[in-house]
Amino acid sequence: MAITRGFTGRRARDPRLPPGQYDARDEWPVLHIESTPSLDTARWTFGIEGLVERPVSWSWDEIHALPRSRYAGDIHCVTTWSKFGMTFDGVSVDTLLDAAGPLPAATHAEILTHSGYTTNLPLADLTGGKAWVVWDADGKPLTREHGGPARLLVPHLYFWKSAKWVSGLRLLDHDEPGFWERNGYHDRGDPWSEQRYQGD
Amino acid sequence: MSAPTHRKTLRWQIARVLSVRDETPSARTFRLALPDPRPHLAGQHYVVRLTAPDGYTASRAYSIASAPSGDPEIELTVERLPDGEVSEFLHDVVEIGDELEVRGPIGGGFFAWPGDTPALLVGGGSGVVPLMAMLRHARSIGRPDLVRLVVSARTEADLYYAAELPGPETTVVLTRSGRGRLTAADLAPLVRGGEDVFVCGSPAFCDTVTDLLAAVGVPVASIRTERFGPSA
Repeated sequence: MAITRGFTGRRARDPRLPPGQYDARDEWPVLHIESTPSLDTARWTFGIEGLVERPVSWSWDEIHALPRSRYAGDIHCVTTWSKFGMTFDGVSVDTLLDAAGPLPAATHAEILTHSGYTTNLPLADLTGGKAWVVWDADGKPLTREHGGPARLLVPHLYFWKSAKWVSGLRLLDHDEPGFWERNGYHDRGDPWSEQRYQGD
Repeated sequence: MSAPTHRKTLRWQIARVLSVRDETPSARTFRLALPDPRPHLAGQHYVVRLTAPDGYTASRAYSIASAPSGDPEIELTVERLPDGEVSEFLHDVVEIGDELEVRGPIGGGFFAWPGDTPALLVGGGSGVVPLMAMLRHARSIGRPDLVRLVVSARTEADLYYAAELPGPETTVVLTRSGRGRLTAADLAPLVRGGEDVFVCGSPAFCDTVTDLLAAVGVPVASIRTERFGPSA
């Protein structure tokens, strides 16, 4: 690591900040690559397919009838901002997977969205209370630009894994890189290990 | 079946600052010499990482402003953001001859123009940076006819690359000192049909332009946006 002439770093480090991140405070930056889709909740669906005992699909009303689950905590974007103390309401991915019954061969998931964006995750990063499908952020419905009506939330990984406008999961027996992963970003994306790009 | 995928490993390298140039009172272009140059596409970006003696680091991504040229040099244009830890350092401290740690090019084919298809480019504020790389690329390969660039800026003083913008392929809209915001009437004559459309700017700018383009018949699927900045 090369020291930059004249750079001392201005801010005292908050222990909640992973390395290389800064506190976005009251801002919630938006950075996505697609045009912001406008999704009608009357036609919105979320499904689980692939290596499952029974493919399942939920409508907007059906997914809201499932037991609610809340995440309260921090989020981290690979573009180096973090936000502390957010709350997201939705349903645990565990609840959704229980309904579909992952087959023993399933090791990874491809995350599908209504915009065509994809990302990939080991199944272990989606289970055990670590991931949600959420529709409220800080008590208000998710806005379109933040992935509304619903997005995936995987807060222990960089936020490109928390796919906006999520439409489903496809369970696989191998890792299938998604949009950013094919374009140089890390396959897993742990902020505390600074897994930003391939090779980190 | 798993299709074979191309996974690129990007390493940090130490670039030397060759020149520093003001674009506007709040934007500056840094020309960097790369010891390990990699070909880039117009529209990709680099990450700049600053490291303090105690190991503290701060990094930010900046769009490449220069055209792919085969030179081992790139230009990054950096807007000075209020309280911007990295942008303020780059503006206030960095001088010719300094070394900066960089990694790139980053960003795949999605928001990148390969240089062989018609493209309509619409940029607001600092969103013009990756689009300027595309225009420069088109001009350098002798195909400016492929590109139409629309730039929205507040005033003449806020216009990036002002000296290079005049041309048959460019339209400048000044929203404060000129005749107001971009309209569908500005865009309609520039749409040829079948082009790729690249829109870059604030989230509000991108959404407005996407709506305007849709209103004049551009298929939304052909519009690629790159947005940045805080949202309300």
